[in-house]
Amino acid sequence: MKSLVSPAGALRAGIFFAILIAIPLVGGPSWLLNMLIFTVMYAALSSSWNIVGGYAGYPSLGHAAFFGIGAYAVGITFSKSVGAGYSPFWSLPVIGLAVALIAVPVGWISMRTRQDVFAIVTITILFIAQTLAFNLNGLTGGAQGTSVAAPPFPAGTYDWPFYFAMVVILAVTMLISHLISNSKFGLALLTVRADEDKAQGIGVRVTGVKVSAFALSAGMVAMVGGIWAYYVGFIYPQFAVDPLITIGIVLMTFLGGKGTLWGPVLGAFILVPAQEYFAQAFGASELYLLAYALVFIVIMLFLPRGIIPSIAMARHRRWQRLAGEAGSTVPAAGGTSTDAMDPTATMTEGTR
Amino acid sequence: MTRMLQVDGLIKRFGGVTAVDSCTFEVEEGTITALIGPNGSGKTTAFNMITGYLKPDEGRLAFRGEGVGRPRPAPLYRRGLSRTFQQARIFPDLTVEENLIIARGGSWTTMFQRRVSRKDHQLAMRMLEEFNLQALADLRAAELSYGQRKLLEFASVLMSDPKLVLLDEPTAGVNPVMIDTMERHIRERHASGTTFLIVEHDMQFVMRLCDPVIVLDRGAPIAKGTPSEIQSDPKVLEAYLGS
Repeated sequence: MKSLVSPAGALRAGIFFAILIAIPLVGGPSWLLNMLIFTVMYAALSSSWNIVGGYAGYPSLGHAAFFGIGAYAVGITFSKSVGAGYSPFWSLPVIGLAVALIAVPVGWISMRTRQDVFAIVTITILFIAQTLAFNLNGLTGGAQGTSVAAPPFPAGTYDWPFYFAMVVILAVTMLISHLISNSKFGLALLTVRADEDKAQGIGVRVTGVKVSAFALSAGMVAMVGGIWAYYVGFIYPQFAVDPLITIGIVLMTFLGGKGTLWGPVLGAFILVPAQEYFAQAFGASELYLLAYALVFIVIMLFLPRGIIPSIAMARHRRWQRLAGEAGSTVPAAGGTSTDAMDPTATMTEGTR
Repeated sequence: MTRMLQVDGLIKRFGGVTAVDSCTFEVEEGTITALIGPNGSGKTTAFNMITGYLKPDEGRLAFRGEGVGRPRPAPLYRRGLSRTFQQARIFPDLTVEENLIIARGGSWTTMFQRRVSRKDHQLAMRMLEEFNLQALADLRAAELSYGQRKLLEFASVLMSDPKLVLLDEPTAGVNPVMIDTMERHIRERHASGTTFLIVEHDMQFVMRLCDPVIVLDRGAPIAKGTPSEIQSDPKVLEAYLGS
C-alpha cells in the first residue's frame, strides 16, 4: 500500500505551484502574465475534462457548453453591479455546484451512448448551448454579447486576481484529480473505461460513477468559465461557447497523456504558448488552426498515448530489460519495483 | 434443498430466429449444474438473460426464491449471482490485486475510500493465496497468461461471496494442467457451499464434475439428469449427432 501523498509527488506539486505564484511577484513583461492566465486556464480546463474524458474514458466534446454557462452566469449576475470587486470569485463555488447539478441529467442521457456516438451527442450539446446563447436575447444579449462590470483593481496589478484565481482553481482540479485516482471511485472509473459491461457484472455502479464524474468535471469547467468571463469583460456567444475551446482541451489532454494527473497540465503548458506563438507568426489569420491540426496528427502518429504515459512505458521497458540482464525472474520481481516505475502509467504515474 | 435459481419460460428472438424458446429449468442449491448442448443451442443467450445482460422477450426469473423483476447485472451481482465470461474478461490496466478489490461490490460509501485499503489488501491476498497467485498481486493483469486470466476472473467474481456462480466455458482455450487447477478450485468452493451453473463443451470435465446435467437443444431443455443418464439418453444423442 502506498500513502495518499508521496513525498516526490508533493514536492513536484509544491515546486510547480511555488513557481506559478512567484512569477507575477518577480515581475516580467505584461504579455507574459496574460499568456499565463490563458495557459493556467487551459490547464485547469484540461484537468477537469480529464476526469471524465481520461479516467472514465468518455471523451466529451461538449465541455465548452459548461464553460459558456459558467461565463454567462458571471456575466449576467454581475453585469449591472459596477465595481463588483472580488464578489464574482466568491460566487464561483455556487456556479460550479449549480452547473454540476444541471450536468447530472445531461450526463445521464448522453452517457447512455458510448465512444463515437457519445462524442457526437456531446458536440450537439455544445451547439445547442451556443444557439441558446445567440437567441436568448433577454438573458445573454444575443449576438451583441453582454458585458461584465469592470472590476476596480489597481492598474499595476490588474491581472493578479484573475491569475491567482486561475491558479487556485487549477490546484483544486489537480487535487480532485489526485484524490479520485487514489480512491475506489477512480478505480471504478477505470473499469468503466476498460470494459463497462464487465464492470456491471462485478457490481460496479457504472451509471452512478460515470455521471458523477461528468457532473464534477462540468462544474469545474463552469467555474473556470466564470473567471474567464470576468477577465475578458465582454462575452460573445461564439467565444464563450466555442468548439475551439473543446478542441484545445482535448488536444492538450491527449498530448500530455489522458488519465494522468500531470498530462493535461503539461499539454496546456506546451500548446497554449505554442498557439500564441503561431498566432503571432501567422498574423491575425486563423492559419494557426492548421498548426493545431498538424500537432494532432503528430501526436496520433508518434505519441498516441501522450507524453507522460509514453515516457513511463519507455522507462518500464528499460527497467524490464535491465531486470532481464540481471537474470532475475521477472514476474515475481514486478511487485517490488512497480512503485518506482509504473507500467500502468495511465492513471497512476502522475499521481506520485 | 431449495431452489437457487428458477428459470421460467424464457424466450429470446433475434429477428426471425428464436435463440431461446420457452426455456424452463432450475438450479438446486448446493449443486454443480451443467448446461450443455450443441453449438447454437442457446446456452450463452440463456446465460446472458439470467445475468441481466440481455433482456428476455418473455419469461420470468427467480433467484433464491425471490422474483427478479428486471434483471440487471450489477444488482444481481450484489445479491450473490456472479458470472464469468467465455473469453476471460479482466481489467488489463489494473493490477491483479485491484482486479479483485473492485469486484467486492461494496456500497456507495466505499467509493470515497482509498483505492486499496488495508482491509481490501487482506481480503485480496487471502483470495490470491487460495488460487496460489500471491506472487502476481502487483503485476498488471495484462501481463498474465490466458489461463491465469481465467483464474483471476474466477477469483474476482468470488470476492463478493456469491451464492451462485455461472461459469461460461471455464476450460475453453486452457491447457490441461490449468483445467485440473480450475476443477480443483470449483470443487473447493462447492465444498464450502457455493452453487455452480456451468456452460461447458469439454464433456469429460462435465461428466467428472457436474450433477445434474441439463441439455439444451434449439433453445429449450430436452433432458436433465445425472451424467450417466444423460450419456445414455437417446434424445441427447440425437441432438448432438442426429440430422
